[in-house]
Amino acid sequence: MSTAGRGVSGAGAPDAAAILVEGVGMTFSTPSGPVQALTGASLAIKPREFVSLLGPSGCGKSTLLRLVADILAPTEGRIEVGGEPPGVARRRRVFGFVFQDSTLLPWRSTLQNVLLPLEIGGHARRDRAEALDLLELVGLRGFEAAYPWQLSGGMRQRVAIARALVTRPQVLLMDEPFGALDEITRENMNQELLRIWQATGTTILFVTHSSPEAVFLSDRVLVLGARPGRVKLELPIALSRPRDPAVKETVEFARHTAALRRALAGEARPE
Amino acid sequence: MMARRYALPAAGILTLLLAWELYIRVFNVPHYLVPAPSLIGRTLVEEWPTIQRNVGRTLVEAVGGFLLGNGFAVALAIWFVHSPAVQRTLYPVAVAIRTVHIIAIAPILVLLLGNGYAPKVVIAALISFFPTLVNMVRGLEAVEPSALELMRVLSANRRQVFFKLRLPSSLPFLFSALKIATASCVIGAIVAEWVGADTGLGYLIIVATFEFRTGLLYATTAVGSFLALAFFLAVVVLEKVVVRWKPETLPP
Repeated sequence: MSTAGRGVSGAGAPDAAAILVEGVGMTFSTPSGPVQALTGASLAIKPREFVSLLGPSGCGKSTLLRLVADILAPTEGRIEVGGEPPGVARRRRVFGFVFQDSTLLPWRSTLQNVLLPLEIGGHARRDRAEALDLLELVGLRGFEAAYPWQLSGGMRQRVAIARALVTRPQVLLMDEPFGALDEITRENMNQELLRIWQATGTTILFVTHSSPEAVFLSDRVLVLGARPGRVKLELPIALSRPRDPAVKETVEFARHTAALRRALAGEARPE
Repeated sequence: MMARRYALPAAGILTLLLAWELYIRVFNVPHYLVPAPSLIGRTLVEEWPTIQRNVGRTLVEAVGGFLLGNGFAVALAIWFVHSPAVQRTLYPVAVAIRTVHIIAIAPILVLLLGNGYAPKVVIAALISFFPTLVNMVRGLEAVEPSALELMRVLSANRRQVFFKLRLPSSLPFLFSALKIATASCVIGAIVAEWVGADTGLGYLIIVATFEFRTGLLYATTAVGSFLALAFFLAVVVLEKVVVRWKPETLPP
């Protein structure tokens, strides 16, 4: 595969964490006073690792992802992506970001959407062939001239993933990317994502509120507790790879999701 | 399909004209009060040289005002979106201009700018300015928050955010304002000509009224209406060429 091994080059020592979060807190100032969204969050993600952040709505998991992506700045603590501060990593295109809604630009074709990051970086022309390779990787070869309104929800997310990968990032940050899809499409996309992850060798930090999805995809799952958000449980997933959907019927899989469900249930109880 | 699309509206208009013609003939309505469609049609042909001489003038004034008013509105909207302080300072001024009625301001502008093209173009511009300003500001601001986050992640500069995101997403809003502006610019030009002019459809309407040439009055009015319609259709065609995608957020 022509796209294999992309993104493994990069700064930092070989054993350095791809993502490092140390004692990070985030307090938003609102008209009704400060709101603490996150406190004392710490995590370290190894290169090529697949880690999911799991938690109920409002637990700060999306906030944590936006802090790593330098969309927001933390009010306390330290973050590094590929050994660099998030702002530097962002400008050096160390990471790609996939949003819950695909955020494709409706006036651009599939190919033009995938090329957007390169266009903004100032070198679109010579990477056309690569963008086409990526569309092949996400299974959308032949749709390069289609506009977003002509694509299904699952196809749009495939385009969004191709767009995030086009700068050859070391890290992929994904904010509930399949949350708006139906069950069948979602399972299909999970399977596809694992294939893409294997083919590209990127590190993935994946935000979800679905325990089965987190278990199926991840090497490790971090459960976040709410108000204020903090890492509550860290669960390594001891399932062999490559995984196919049949793994969901095993006792091991059920044991993992049960552990996550217990952690989340404790979270839902009023304190 | 095609037959239904065009035949039914055409049948509706024809029926209306026929009823009008019959009413005039049956009740012997004097033609200086209400002319029959046949008389209006005959006047249109007979007086065509006169009408043609005047329609060109009005067209130039309407199009000139359209370009001036919308151009100014778009430029101001872009400035507003990039500077909230300017928006807070100038938006009330724009609203104040909007509250002055066009018929009230027309004599003032004729006094200020004379009897030529200038006051007509300015009035046509004024009438289209405010709706376009409001729609364009809305269009430029109607960007999905996640799209702005995407631009942030991609490290886009302000110019790129504007040209690659804000401007394209504002176009459906802009065109819905431009379509309104076509008809109002023609109206603005005609009203301005009432106040003081020696050519133009508005001038012709005044003359035809005072001389009881009711056939000419109706013919001129019809030409003014067709002018606005043609202008509107031209903008619709332009929109089809420019906005080829289905917008996610539809303008009102």
